[in-house]
Amino acid sequence: MVRGRDRLLAIVALTVVWMLLWGVFSWVTLLGGLLVSMLVLTVFPLPPVTFAGRLRPGGLLRVAIRFLTDLVVASSQLAWTAFGGRRVPHSAVLAVRLSVRSDLHLTLCAEAVSLVPGSLIVDMDRAAGILYVHVFDVTGPADIDQFRRDVRDLEERIVRAVGSDAEIKLINEAATAGSTSTVGGSR
Amino acid sequence: MTVTAVLDVVAGVCLLGGALLSLAAGVGLLRFPDLLSRMHAATKPQVLGLLLILAGTAIRLGTAVDITTLVLVGAFQLVTAPVAAHMVGRTAYRAGLFRRDLLLTDELAADRRNP
Repeated sequence: MVRGRDRLLAIVALTVVWMLLWGVFSWVTLLGGLLVSMLVLTVFPLPPVTFAGRLRPGGLLRVAIRFLTDLVVASSQLAWTAFGGRRVPHSAVLAVRLSVRSDLHLTLCAEAVSLVPGSLIVDMDRAAGILYVHVFDVTGPADIDQFRRDVRDLEERIVRAVGSDAEIKLINEAATAGSTSTVGGSR
Repeated sequence: MTVTAVLDVVAGVCLLGGALLSLAAGVGLLRFPDLLSRMHAATKPQVLGLLLILAGTAIRLGTAVDITTLVLVGAFQLVTAPVAAHMVGRTAYRAGLFRRDLLLTDELAADRRNP
């Protein structure tokens, strides 16, 4: 049942890509797209990654806007550092534990973290849900704490945009636990 | 000013901004101290740079056939850039091809020693 829905979603997505490639709508491209995507999915079956959540337009808009502002701010900072003085920029490799542990969620968070300049995923612990992030141009412990908070906020925004109800509950619990526990012990 | 003139200015700003960010990426690639730092320059400003250049091109061309292709280029760039960056970064880290003295903390090394 779920497997069938995943397959259907994949077929629709691949057909959309096919039609975007052609650039014009016609019944021939639509039928051709359906045929090609079914062939592709038969020859290269997808690994079982299930989307259990729900798309929330408000949350998606928030993620998109925040992502674009992050992208612009961080890109300009990095460009500034590139052209800037002789100072050697320091970095840090941080472990950030995510609250939600599904494969799809881990992938989405990792993608979003690495697309924004200044952070690069070096490694990840899939079982424990830990991202190891190389952060560029760090000046001190304040920056490190700030970065951890940023990643957690990012995770929360993503869950509120595409997560299931159970995942949102997890995030809410993590948020209350995080605000009561000491900053030094959490990561 | 007519609409076309305004659109031309917007397209010009997008194209110049994108070119400038790509230049910054190149400069960063040369000037940053080690491989992991250089990965930031090689993969990141160029994402926004490419998106700006695609936007500028889309405004200048303005036909549906071209714009759909540009959308695909942008989408696949967003999906694949982190994967490439991760593969190089992970290999570099495991092979030790980075300057440890530049790291303020390394929590991956700590976790790998006592998992």
